[in-house]
Amino acid sequence: MSKVLMKGNEAIAEAAIQAGCRYFFGYPITPQNEIPAYMAKRLPMVGGCFLQAESEVAAINMVYGAAGAGARVMTSSSSPGISLKQEGISYIAGAELPCLIVNIVRGGPGLGGIQPAQSDYFQAVKGGGHGDYHLIVLAPSTIQEMVDLVQEGFDIADQYRNPVMILGDGMLGQMMEPVEFKERKPRQLPPKDWATTGWKGDRPRAVINSLFIDPQVLEEHVQRIYKKYEAIKANETKVECYNCEDAEIIVSAYGTTARIVRSVIELAAKEGIKVGLIRPITLWPFPADTFSSWVERDHVKAFLTVEMSMGQMVEDVTLSVGGRKPSYFYGRTGGMVPNPFDILDEIKKIRGGNR
Amino acid sequence: MTEQIIMAGFGGQGVMSMGQLLAYAGMLEGKNVSWLPSYGPEMRGGTANCCVIISDDMVGSPIVTQATAVIALNKPSLDKFEDTVVPGGLLFINSSLVDRKSVRDDIQVYYIPANEEADRLGNSKVANSVMLGAYLARAGSSVTPESVIEALKKVLGSSKQDLIPLNEKALKRGAELINE
Repeated sequence: MSKVLMKGNEAIAEAAIQAGCRYFFGYPITPQNEIPAYMAKRLPMVGGCFLQAESEVAAINMVYGAAGAGARVMTSSSSPGISLKQEGISYIAGAELPCLIVNIVRGGPGLGGIQPAQSDYFQAVKGGGHGDYHLIVLAPSTIQEMVDLVQEGFDIADQYRNPVMILGDGMLGQMMEPVEFKERKPRQLPPKDWATTGWKGDRPRAVINSLFIDPQVLEEHVQRIYKKYEAIKANETKVECYNCEDAEIIVSAYGTTARIVRSVIELAAKEGIKVGLIRPITLWPFPADTFSSWVERDHVKAFLTVEMSMGQMVEDVTLSVGGRKPSYFYGRTGGMVPNPFDILDEIKKIRGGNR
Repeated sequence: MTEQIIMAGFGGQGVMSMGQLLAYAGMLEGKNVSWLPSYGPEMRGGTANCCVIISDDMVGSPIVTQATAVIALNKPSLDKFEDTVVPGGLLFINSSLVDRKSVRDDIQVYYIPANEEADRLGNSKVANSVMLGAYLARAGSSVTPESVIEALKKVLGSSKQDLIPLNEKALKRGAELINE
């Protein structure tokens, strides 16, 4: 198929429909409104259902219900709306149901602003809701990758019976780039024989539940989920390394910020400074091993994490670097986007020993 | 080669669609492109704007901080973005609505009376196309007016194809003004 020019938000919605998603429940919030708008228009045309719920809490519980019935279902929101959804997300994770949750992040805390940010990293990768659980968190940095990861995300969710989050930001949601909806090979997925589709006496009753009153039973349940997480870590971790061979400074960034760092790498090269990029594509599972593999190299003098936040992913980077090399942070927050020249200045400061 | 363009004006002047058309046309010519709109409070105070990047290489940051060209359709846009043009870059000013000259002497400045020209063509709404035509006509553009027309055909629904000849004229008029 040929390329089309699409807004990130619209590309997410179209990718979801092409991946077989037929149910969308949401509540409006900037800067992700093009997703529900697109779904409202398109889902009825393909026999699906779009519903604007009365609140985010209602929307995520509708997702819970549809996922329990075995449907491909998604919701999308932006930071404050995702906070409201956390209770439901924890239930969905506890009940081991697949669904796709899109967070087009804006500045926070509180109602914050509507400009792009990455300050929901902790919320996305460390839990967000209550209890022991993880979301599988995918962080695209181009519109094409957004399309690919949305489609892949549904499969990952189904394969492991775990909610998947796409962590974008206002810039990725609003910008346009050429995209191609490629013919893709869906994964071999297990049958959804656990889904509550109506009992006809021909199989054991399917029960969707996240309540386990007996602590021993709950512990076993959680431990089993954590075994699944080990498989996810082993099979699904994704990362891109760019220009790291012989790099003096390795910058780590994801999503929009990783694009900006690509520009920085070019600027630095013009001044003879060798900069590499480690771009986590899965934020959970975090590609810790990739950092470990570069950290021992002699040519790597230091790591710098760049985020649109006060420093969240940098904690995972620093843990992975494990004190073997210095790990620095540079960030802008509140909807401010780092400027390539300011990042270059940081790199120069690190090289000059002024950090 | 990388073109980094900022287009700015009042809401309703068509700067967003002008940018989309340019990005679309770049895509049709096989370039890497991005289009980034301003949204929210940024738009208050009279500058709706978008950044367009057209490049042979992968597009890094979609934000244009050092513009190879700025197209300013009104005065607040000129005030806001005049400084972002790189030395040797291009500045296109809609002189129908901007009553001052550029203060830069290290860039190429073009004054295009886009609204008057659009009125003369019979529809003031194509002032954006006049500006775009001027931009495409200057030396070194990697996008041709033909690709823009091609993009317009794809962007406009089947019910609006009748707008194409008018836009074609406007693009051409913009080009003539540059070459005059």
